[in-house]
Amino acid sequence: MATTTAPQLTAKTYKSEVHNDWCPGCGDFGIVIALQMALAKLQITPHNVAVVSGIGCSGKTPHYMGTYGFHTLHGRVLPSVTGLKLANHRLTVIGVGGDGDGYGIGVGHFVSGGRRNLDFTYLVFNNDVYALTKGQASPTIEKGKKTKSMADSSIVEAINPVALALASGYTFIARGYALEVKYLANLIAQAIQHRGSALVDIFQTCPTYNDLHSKSWYEGKDSGQPRLYKLDESDYDPVVHDPNDRAEVAQKKAQALLKSEEPSGRLPLGVFYQLEVPTYEDCLREKGVLGHEPQARLGAVFQRDIQPLLDRLA
Amino acid sequence: MSAPTFSWMIGGPQGSGINLGAEILARVMSRLGYYVFGNIEYHSNIKGKHSYYRLRAADRPVHSHIEEVHLLTALDEETLIGDLYHEFPGHRGHVEQVAPGGGILLEPDRVEGVRRRLDGRDVHLYVIPYGEAVHQALSLAGKGGQAHEYRIMNNTAAIGASAALLGVPFDPLAEVILSGFHGKARRVGETNVHCARFAYEYAQKEFKDLRFKLPPKPRRARDDKQIMLKGTQAVAIAKLKAGCGLQTYYPISPATDESVYLEGQQSQYNLVVLQTEDEVSAIDAAVMAAHGGVRASTSTSGPGFALMPEGLGFSAITEAPGPVVVNYQRGGPSTGLPTRHEQGDLRFALHAGQGDIPRIVIAPGDLSECFYDTFDSFNYADRYQVPVILLLDKHLAAMYATVPRFDTSGLKIDRGELFDPAQRDGRYYRYRFTESGISPRALPGQAGGIFWTTTDEHDQVGHITEGIGNRLTMMRKRMGKLELVEKEIPDEKKFALYGSPQAPIRVVSWGSTKGAILDALGRLDPEGKRYAFLQIRFLQPFPAKQLQALLRGAQKIVCLESNYSAQLAGVLREKTDIRADHKVLKYDGQPFSEDEVVAALEATEAGAGEEVLVSEGKVVSAATYGPEQVDKLVELKEKSGKMAPPMVPLPPGYNR
Repeated sequence: MATTTAPQLTAKTYKSEVHNDWCPGCGDFGIVIALQMALAKLQITPHNVAVVSGIGCSGKTPHYMGTYGFHTLHGRVLPSVTGLKLANHRLTVIGVGGDGDGYGIGVGHFVSGGRRNLDFTYLVFNNDVYALTKGQASPTIEKGKKTKSMADSSIVEAINPVALALASGYTFIARGYALEVKYLANLIAQAIQHRGSALVDIFQTCPTYNDLHSKSWYEGKDSGQPRLYKLDESDYDPVVHDPNDRAEVAQKKAQALLKSEEPSGRLPLGVFYQLEVPTYEDCLREKGVLGHEPQARLGAVFQRDIQPLLDRLA
Repeated sequence: MSAPTFSWMIGGPQGSGINLGAEILARVMSRLGYYVFGNIEYHSNIKGKHSYYRLRAADRPVHSHIEEVHLLTALDEETLIGDLYHEFPGHRGHVEQVAPGGGILLEPDRVEGVRRRLDGRDVHLYVIPYGEAVHQALSLAGKGGQAHEYRIMNNTAAIGASAALLGVPFDPLAEVILSGFHGKARRVGETNVHCARFAYEYAQKEFKDLRFKLPPKPRRARDDKQIMLKGTQAVAIAKLKAGCGLQTYYPISPATDESVYLEGQQSQYNLVVLQTEDEVSAIDAAVMAAHGGVRASTSTSGPGFALMPEGLGFSAITEAPGPVVVNYQRGGPSTGLPTRHEQGDLRFALHAGQGDIPRIVIAPGDLSECFYDTFDSFNYADRYQVPVILLLDKHLAAMYATVPRFDTSGLKIDRGELFDPAQRDGRYYRYRFTESGISPRALPGQAGGIFWTTTDEHDQVGHITEGIGNRLTMMRKRMGKLELVEKEIPDEKKFALYGSPQAPIRVVSWGSTKGAILDALGRLDPEGKRYAFLQIRFLQPFPAKQLQALLRGAQKIVCLESNYSAQLAGVLREKTDIRADHKVLKYDGQPFSEDEVVAALEATEAGAGEEVLVSEGKVVSAATYGPEQVDKLVELKEKSGKMAPPMVPLPPGYNR
């Protein structure tokens, strides 16, 4: 849980002094600013936040944050988040990674991380390409498409992150757009506040390698109609109001799935699905495994009495 | 005749409860004051395949099994004559292992086949219908006539009859049986006691004395604080004692028992046990938990360890305080022999991962060392901020033996250098260059301690840099910690010499071979003058200088280990330039017996070549032994006629 202090924290508080080496115009700038704004909005003390990344351009995010920062391994954002969160469940733990990281090499962890329902937030910087290795096809590139960085067009189906998250058991599923920073900041804040596994899939423009899904494409300059629209501007209600009502859960999942595959080709932003159920930590607490204090601060574990266990072996 | 050491074996199809039965008898022997050593052999299978459990009891500590069996207790035909129902049988049963004057406890319909195999040898056949004892016990519980439904209880009858033949009093047996049943299950326990009693009384009445008895006067006083446990338990209990806060695992034989034991203690001891989706996740979560401030560990076997090298590098370059990684080696490569023994991962543990990784690799040799080395590993992880690998194996994991109760009085927790906000001198750098190479670590959540870390090369703050001066300094900082380990950790934790330092022959080994070597040397050379045994516990950093000194002046050096390529002998040569005169190897999936070590050492004295291969109790020819055994078993099968595969006893209600 977040610790709050007097409201003096601004987005700048969460910025580090490190020189940023993302390409000029990269969508990642929007995401990191949105994350800083979200933390400021929630007034979470920087030392109670840990940002945990994988490998790739997005992997550098922790360095640009003025919080605890862990730049881990390719595809291992969620195992890393899980270990850290179990060591100290009071931390606000935010995983960040690319689409290749989360939906490609780390997809097994993506599924298991979701169904465990640990209280974390996971931001996926989704730009359809492996940018840091110069733009190969990622799991989210559409079948038949070819960016200028690809040698040939893709012949495999794209992953649908929202559908995958629904099937995996994420209890908060949202989508943002890197260039709508305020809106994204608000989504990230909601994801942080959600108790449980929260995914925010973020359309991120890559001006260097992805010429297909550019700013003007998202704005619909080619078709005359913006591709993006906001779910919260309609009567769409993503929230499961009675988690014990299996029919409602199924209905809310079904509508989220339909929204993620809209035949018009329009792309909704906003919260697709939200369900409040006990988290992994809650379940551990109920079993008496986790206490109120984080594991990392439990001095008592060093005073454990193993004599009763040895007595049983005598 | 009373042997100085008594060897009992029970065999049956998996799922018939031979391990439960054997462990009951082992605990009875221990309670009576004997030193007991037990080990189990089993297949990667749930029900039906052949499994057997050996117990050795003596009036002095014993650390290994012997080849001969004084009483063989058979729950099925395969235990007696082998798996002759396969196109290529895998074994010939255990009848031929029974010592002259020994006995076999078996059911009536199996006598003929066994007599043929014995071919007139002096072995008693103790024929007992287990179902009869089961029937009588069920009758007392009002379930008479259902014996065929309760064949699962045959093991209890077999233990009862075995106890009678060994001359063990009944009361302690009844106590140990009952101790396994609590609450409502108590009545089931009582039925089991009755079943054991009927078989016990039957054996007392019907069977002539077995010539072998348990050593008549156990030397051990009953109150000398022995406990009886397995390697997985010793490691698990040490983790609890060390304050481990997160254990991660993915199910794998033979490591899982440790994590399952810890899962059973989660609530009592505030330990989180996380079952992950794979071993990649298991180690990475443990690395981050260590950064997060808890002591973290993961346990696995070779195929799981094969997924962990990236986590070792992750830990090393980010200077995480751990995790402690326990690898219970099993027969490789790949899936290999999932439930069998091998020490084939030494080279892998030393080198796993890209680039230069500072790591500590420790191989405990017995159950006590499993406990103390595991405890110490967490201190090393915290103090040196490196991953620590404990190399155990299936033999250590599953052996069940009496050991002195662990002495926890001298165990101290050392969390290494921690960031103290009060002592802060300027800005906090997680990777500050220090004289020792160790930088005080902050724990996430700590005010003033914000740090960054990355698996890229980084500067003192923890940000990415490819600067040359920084790279050189960081490489030396990380790798230099091993020199600190060499300097600070006392030699007695790193190696041990048993026997005279002047002995002409030095046997060098590592890990679980220790037990068989100690027992063998006790037999070959009770004075400890001809042979000395050098046990290496620290494989990284390798105590090269000390070993050079200890091996100086040896007439002959014999390396002994359970793998194909003599991995320790190779490491010894690489680090010390000392070449072993003989490499005694065993890679058939079974641990060394005392007899095999004796046979191998005798062979080295009788002019054997550089490589000495042992299997099935003797020194064998590497080129021909395997194919010959395969042919012999096929021949045996063709001679013996048709054999039915074993019947697996199912739970009551399924045996229609």
